[in-house]
Amino acid sequence: MGNSIEVKDLTLNFGSVSVLKNMNLNVEEGEFVVLLGPSGCGKSTLLNCLAGLLDITDGQIWIKGKNVTWAEPSDRGIGMVFQSYALYPQMTVRGNLSFGLKNARVPQAEIDKRIARAAEILQIQPLLDRKPAALSGGQRQRVAIGRALVRDVDVFLFDEPLSNLDAKLRSELRVEIKRLHNQLGNTMVYVTHDQIEALTLADRIAVMKGGVIQQLAAPLEIYNRPANLFVAGFIGSPSMNFLKGRTVDGGRAFQFGATKIDLSGYDGGAVLERDDAILGVRPEHITVSTTPPAGPSIPAEVEIDENLGADSLLWLKAEGTNMSVRVPVEGRIPAGTKVHLGLDIPKASLFDAKTEQRI
Amino acid sequence: MADISMSSAMTGPRGARPKRALSPRNIMLYGILIVVCLYYLLPLWVMVMTSLKGMPEVRMGNIFAPPVEITFQPWVKAWSEACTGLNCDGLSRGFWNSVIITVPSVILSIAIASVNGYALINWKFKGSDIFFTILIFGSFIPYQIMLYPIVILLREAGLYGSLWGLVIVHSIFGMPILTLLFRNYFSSIPEELFKAARVDGAGFWGIYFRIMLPMSLPIFVVALILQVTGIWNDFLFGVVYTKPAYYPMTVQLNNIVNSVQGVKEYNVNMAATLLTGLVPLIVYFVSGKLFVRGIAAGAVKG
Repeated sequence: MGNSIEVKDLTLNFGSVSVLKNMNLNVEEGEFVVLLGPSGCGKSTLLNCLAGLLDITDGQIWIKGKNVTWAEPSDRGIGMVFQSYALYPQMTVRGNLSFGLKNARVPQAEIDKRIARAAEILQIQPLLDRKPAALSGGQRQRVAIGRALVRDVDVFLFDEPLSNLDAKLRSELRVEIKRLHNQLGNTMVYVTHDQIEALTLADRIAVMKGGVIQQLAAPLEIYNRPANLFVAGFIGSPSMNFLKGRTVDGGRAFQFGATKIDLSGYDGGAVLERDDAILGVRPEHITVSTTPPAGPSIPAEVEIDENLGADSLLWLKAEGTNMSVRVPVEGRIPAGTKVHLGLDIPKASLFDAKTEQRI
Repeated sequence: MADISMSSAMTGPRGARPKRALSPRNIMLYGILIVVCLYYLLPLWVMVMTSLKGMPEVRMGNIFAPPVEITFQPWVKAWSEACTGLNCDGLSRGFWNSVIITVPSVILSIAIASVNGYALINWKFKGSDIFFTILIFGSFIPYQIMLYPIVILLREAGLYGSLWGLVIVHSIFGMPILTLLFRNYFSSIPEELFKAARVDGAGFWGIYFRIMLPMSLPIFVVALILQVTGIWNDFLFGVVYTKPAYYPMTVQLNNIVNSVQGVKEYNVNMAATLLTGLVPLIVYFVSGKLFVRGIAAGAVKG
């Protein structure tokens, strides 16, 4: 399969502010790529550039093997879904769906056929003659997706489509978008700041910060082997525990306070001896015991325990560092208890504190 | 669920606590309102009453008294018989002049200003902000400064003294405030609607006519009221840039009221003044309701 979208050396400046820096991104045909990042990281800007709604400063954008860098949005073979739905309020649902097709002078019979198909896929047949004001939020977003659907395009662009919906609807529509992707097989680029959406929907996630893609990889790869400190801290809730220390014994162990942690089994590059290193461990990759285990362990004290229903979170303090640990509900330990922590080193990540890159 | 339990819990008397009608606060409030109303209505009362009296009754000097004998003769005379110079066809000539000045000026200025506002907010070009600043700056310069330069410009263009010359002057002078008005209104329409329309392949005019216009009725009504009253009530441009045959109603009114020969016919003057003010009043009352209607409701999240 070829590339559906190719972004080559894309740069975008607003005046003297550089929003996107020399960005390269290839999206394969039929792939679902999520652009994820905090607000202001340039993810929506990148999407608008792909759509042709923003003129770029430098670089090229190719869609389906065609250079569309300076093409009009409507000529790029894209459909777009917006956060605020952006339905035309004076038109009925049918009018909203057919507006783009009429502009493209598609014959009426073909318009009717495509609307019927989109309405069936999205189950909005009963709503076709209503105005957007008479629809609920979820229905409006379906219509907005339908508007992209009837265009019969290869690439769908989603700009935070679920952010305006309540939590229940959000997870329902999330599943529906995934189903739609499986059914249609289109290329989809999806912008969100919600990591759950990113992890569940994406074939690959591009984590962005400051106009630069920090890591582009499959969700599990991003979760398990974050490329740098930012990605590690951004993905996962509660976020990864970061232990500041140094690597010793030729890189075979990590010195954290008074505890020396054996690094054998670490999944990464050559550790070497480093004076400034950070060991990142996810809350679920830490074991807690009230009795000292056989090997070396980190002494800690439970400060707060939070019951989340399915499991429980312990907030602890170890060697002056705040940490969180996810434990089964049966494993709850009352606040104030002294405990010992064991780390799952094969699943941990080691970072160089200066470059902030994963080792 | 929650609604049902709420309503069954609320069985007692509802609403705010009833207030006494004649509290000191109310007496003060309504007292002041009545005095202010009288203050503004009294001149109108005097005008209407005087315009319905014959001259002998006017000379008796009881300006607040209602007419003993109601006569519509002053109204008829003001409309079709009062003399200005050699013409003795009253205000009617000025009325029709005002109509053919106002209608094209209003249409032209609103058409251009709305497209201006739309382009300035949605199709930003290099220097569009500076362009807008300069345009707004124009509304701070007193008209009188530009009177003579415009006379020269119109003369050179061969439009001086013609109706179209005046229409163009009105359109240009309406531009700063109207552009500001439309620009601000269009900026409140979500940008994503505009983006969606572009993805849907609509161009500059397609988006303007099919997306923006249908959502902008309230602001067009506001602009209409502003322009109709402004241009109808204009005196200065009318008297400077046209010739007597095209004098608008306001100028005609002035000529009738200020004519020096013969006796001052106060009743005719009052009737003429009321007739001249009628059009802006009617426009305001008819379209005032549309002022508050929000058409864009439901476009975005709800």
